[in-house]
Amino acid sequence: MSANHAHEHTENNRLYLTVWAALLGMTVIEVILAYIQLATAPMLIILMILSLIKASLIIAYFMHLRFERVSLFWTLVPMWVLVICLLFVFFPDSFRAFELRFPLP
Amino acid sequence: MERAGVGEVGVSAWDGGVAPYAIPSKKLGMWLFIVSDAITFAALLIAYSYVRVASVEWPKPFHFSPSIIVASVMTFCLLTSSITMVMAVAAAKKGNIGSTMKWLGATMAGGLAFIILHANEWMTLIEEGLRPFTNEFGTVPGSTPLFGATFFALTGLHMTHVTVGVVVLLVLALGFKSGKYPADYVEIGGLYWHFVDLVWMFIFPLVYLMSAVVG
Repeated sequence: MSANHAHEHTENNRLYLTVWAALLGMTVIEVILAYIQLATAPMLIILMILSLIKASLIIAYFMHLRFERVSLFWTLVPMWVLVICLLFVFFPDSFRAFELRFPLP
Repeated sequence: MERAGVGEVGVSAWDGGVAPYAIPSKKLGMWLFIVSDAITFAALLIAYSYVRVASVEWPKPFHFSPSIIVASVMTFCLLTSSITMVMAVAAAKKGNIGSTMKWLGATMAGGLAFIILHANEWMTLIEEGLRPFTNEFGTVPGSTPLFGATFFALTGLHMTHVTVGVVVLLVLALGFKSGKYPADYVEIGGLYWHFVDLVWMFIFPLVYLMSAVVG
């Protein structure tokens, strides 16, 4: 029983350290992308994909959501996603905000 | 009247007297707070992106050396303080007070290093003339002078969260040491700490890396 616990403990530590290494690795990739000055659009897309992966790893493993009941996930995440979608409803306005302004004096 | 348990035939988990999520109520409360706080940060980041896209030109005051390198070190501090927080929660669950104190101390040190580096960066930018509502880096016609407003609002709110997190961890550490708080409290404080780390995973690329200048 005790040996089993110790074994589980080592396994868990290895999992957390792997997640930590993955997070650091993705951060290094992001910094390298900034250093080579990638064009804005691909840069933004890659950064956002990496950030979403990093956020998911933190939520799933560090915050333990993967090991909670699935009902907790369904209570929290879809609501958040819906609100973010609603916030993005008026985002396209930013592309034409310049034309919407009064002419410059 | 005896209380019905989860899983009994004909008894819904929502009838009361049971925990539908099988977590302590304080932990559920922290999760709900985290989701609402995540919406606050998302709203600020979307507002920042909106203003930036709507501007003809956007200042890029972050030179790769030293600004981006310092911000990367700050990211490393926060990420590392997250793994030490995981270790603190594991030690607290095992009831190992000495080990919990050690890991919580390491976590607070990571948070403090982040705050010091960040405050230093703020001072440098303020000395360079950055203000919330004027753009010292030059505003071309058709652009907004709101770079300072978005920068100070986003990083300031995040820095406030880190500062509050360090204080919370200190209170938790003292309470856990004296036996006043159970291990669950350390875990719930840890949830908050990981969330603060998570938010930085978006602020760092969007505010810093998208405004990096090499050379």
